Amino acid sequence: MTAGAITGYRSKMPAGRDGFAQLLHAEWTKFRTVRGWLIGFTVAALLIVALGVLTAAGTHSSVCHNAPGQSAPVCTGPPAPLTGPGGEPVNDGFYFVHQPLTGNGSITVRVNSLTGLIAASGGAPPDQPLTGTRPGVQAWSKAGLIIKASTTPGSAYAAIMVTGRHGVRWQYNYTHDTAGFGGAVSAAASPHWLRLTRSGDLVTGYDSTDGSHWTEVGSVRLTGLPTTVPGGLFTASPDYEQTSHPVGGGESGSSLPTRTTARFDRLSLHGGWLAGAWTGTQISDVALPGGFTQAGDTITVSGSGDIAPVVSGSGGPDPDRTLIGTFAGLIALIVVAGLFVTSEYRRGLIRTTLTASPRRGRVLAAKAVVIGAATFLTGLVAATITVLLGRHLLHSNGHFLYPVNTLTGLRLIVGTAALLAVAAVAALALSTILRRGAGAVTAVIVAIVLPYILAVASVLPVGAGQWLLRLTPAAAFAVQQTLIQYPQVAGDYTPTAGYYPLSPWAGLAVLCGYTAIALLAAAVLLRRRDA
Amino acid sequence: MTVGPTARNALHAEWTKLRTTPGAAWLALAALTLTAALSALSAASAGYRAGTHQDLAKISLTGIDLGQAVIAILAVLTISNEYSTGMIATTLTALPRRTTMLATKATLVTAVVLAAGTAAVLTSLLAARLLLPGNGFTAAHGYPALSLTDGPTLRAAAGSVLYLALIALLSLGIATAVRDSATAVGIVLALLYLFPIIASAVTDPHWQRHLQQIGPMNAGLAIQATTNLHNLPISPWAGLGVLAAWASAALLTGTLTLRRRDA
Repeated sequence: MTAGAITGYRSKMPAGRDGFAQLLHAEWTKFRTVRGWLIGFTVAALLIVALGVLTAAGTHSSVCHNAPGQSAPVCTGPPAPLTGPGGEPVNDGFYFVHQPLTGNGSITVRVNSLTGLIAASGGAPPDQPLTGTRPGVQAWSKAGLIIKASTTPGSAYAAIMVTGRHGVRWQYNYTHDTAGFGGAVSAAASPHWLRLTRSGDLVTGYDSTDGSHWTEVGSVRLTGLPTTVPGGLFTASPDYEQTSHPVGGGESGSSLPTRTTARFDRLSLHGGWLAGAWTGTQISDVALPGGFTQAGDTITVSGSGDIAPVVSGSGGPDPDRTLIGTFAGLIALIVVAGLFVTSEYRRGLIRTTLTASPRRGRVLAAKAVVIGAATFLTGLVAATITVLLGRHLLHSNGHFLYPVNTLTGLRLIVGTAALLAVAAVAALALSTILRRGAGAVTAVIVAIVLPYILAVASVLPVGAGQWLLRLTPAAAFAVQQTLIQYPQVAGDYTPTAGYYPLSPWAGLAVLCGYTAIALLAAAVLLRRRDA
Repeated sequence: MTVGPTARNALHAEWTKLRTTPGAAWLALAALTLTAALSALSAASAGYRAGTHQDLAKISLTGIDLGQAVIAILAVLTISNEYSTGMIATTLTALPRRTTMLATKATLVTAVVLAAGTAAVLTSLLAARLLLPGNGFTAAHGYPALSLTDGPTLRAAAGSVLYLALIALLSLGIATAVRDSATAVGIVLALLYLFPIIASAVTDPHWQRHLQQIGPMNAGLAIQATTNLHNLPISPWAGLGVLAAWASAALLTGTLTLRRRDA
């Protein structure tokens, strides 16, 4: 028998449209007509909002104590933290040797030595706070020149300084930091020259190794700087932090106050300085008292405290965890995404689907688009409500809200929605690979949720936890990060304290990478296998 | 001639089903492997630090956090698979007493999980015993080698096996109530994993403590603690009791729904 002589039957009916739009419509109809899945999505959205509200309501940072004569403990709201010009909580403790500067002017000085003391760990008698101290300069001990809007803690400033181990730095308004030239201070080998100039609102910092060749390190416009401002010399010295992570999660930190002493000479003033005597002022209360002495050309200033943003883990802000319900919503959405595929296999519908649209890759793509879009929109609505409602509740609880700018707020909401959508697509892909719901759903949930638990609340050491949050799909939760890691502040930047090792979008990219691999494998297997 | 199946027959029938479907054996093996692997990883990453006292038994049994998920799939599938294939109709025709059917399944799953769990726990402890001294956890530093002759370590080891068995019963109960396997594991994992996450997010220490006391995973895993017992939110055996209460409640819900509804 020869083939080719027989002409195949061709239906006279017009061909049905089988574009991608029709495929999308078909998958959307399947999705929207299963009541259980819609319930699943509603439950997910409600869980995200409800847990967020619950967490916000359970976050009272009020201090309660039993007052005499009253049966119920008396609770008072926490003192509002000191905030800087940007609204973020800051520390502003240092010893300030100053005189008023009216209008424009400049101040130049040479730093000859920087030494430091660390307080005794057992504490010292209040009248002799220096008892039992040992020598030691902190990496971020600071000494140099500063111009400040006022002597009120938290006010705007700009300063050029030498540091314990990070060379010359130009810093202003607590969060900004620029490096000048490196190297430690020593009188004979490398004295450091510093200069600060004010011209209207513009403050500029310079450094020099010899006092004649100057390099600009940085400048800033401090808008609204008063005409007369205090300016002069300062020293600060952040606490010596010892943090340990005992078994069972959490951390126990002990910090010891420190004090830095700097010796300045060759001081020269130009412009609108009052040129009177220097005044020494302790800005904010600190454990070790500061002071200054003047002997001829040399001024020696000792100071404790720090001029820096507060970071978590040292009595700083708690991370914003109103979006914690994402985990619960995630589980519900992953289950529905898994069922979106596996129920077709269980009921045999997959054969109808693949008969209607034999190009299998497109079927998978249509399913991924439908489940991804539905999850993204659900996540978007739930996250928006949660963030707004949660922050409102925290605020009315008297809880200090870490300032979140519009861009970060948008990233929180869109990022959470994207995280949920990508996770749902991952569940869809893995369900296509395994064809069984339980295994696929478990694998995706465990891969995303368990590393977070192990990193944040388990016995794993910090290093191992950070690697988990870099390598596993749980890295995606970095997109919900609100705390900022400051390189110029020594802090406890660990997952337990709310810091992710990856940047927000890089973290989400890790999850996207895993999902892309799963989706590719699913497409290949779906084409190769019998349905 | 015997009238109706005896408990022995029922057990035999269920055992045959479990034995002849390859899934269960693979899952038991996967639970063993994953538990041991994560435990070994945890032991390998632990580092000795002077001045702290670390709970070596807890570090060595971290793998249970992962292994329990596989145990949950195993337990869920013993009943959900029957619903998805329609086998449940045959099973209930042969064994019309539904409570007996569920009790038989519970007995068998418990037995299988106890066996797999014992193997997993022993492998984990062995791996930790080999790895920990290399990380500085030596007798000279005040850490004698892990041994089951030590009372608290034995409690942690045996308790972890019982923990897995209770997780299996919890999963079986939930799966019986909801029938669908994906939904059932979703609920089980949500119950297990959400409590520790929410507890870590709430800053109020009272709320935090209560969440750790009622969460099936937090409370149940208190059994792994061998040091610093007075600081635990819940004591080891009481914690396992909380998990047992969760498992009983799930099984009760499962039994009631199974009896009330059509298969």
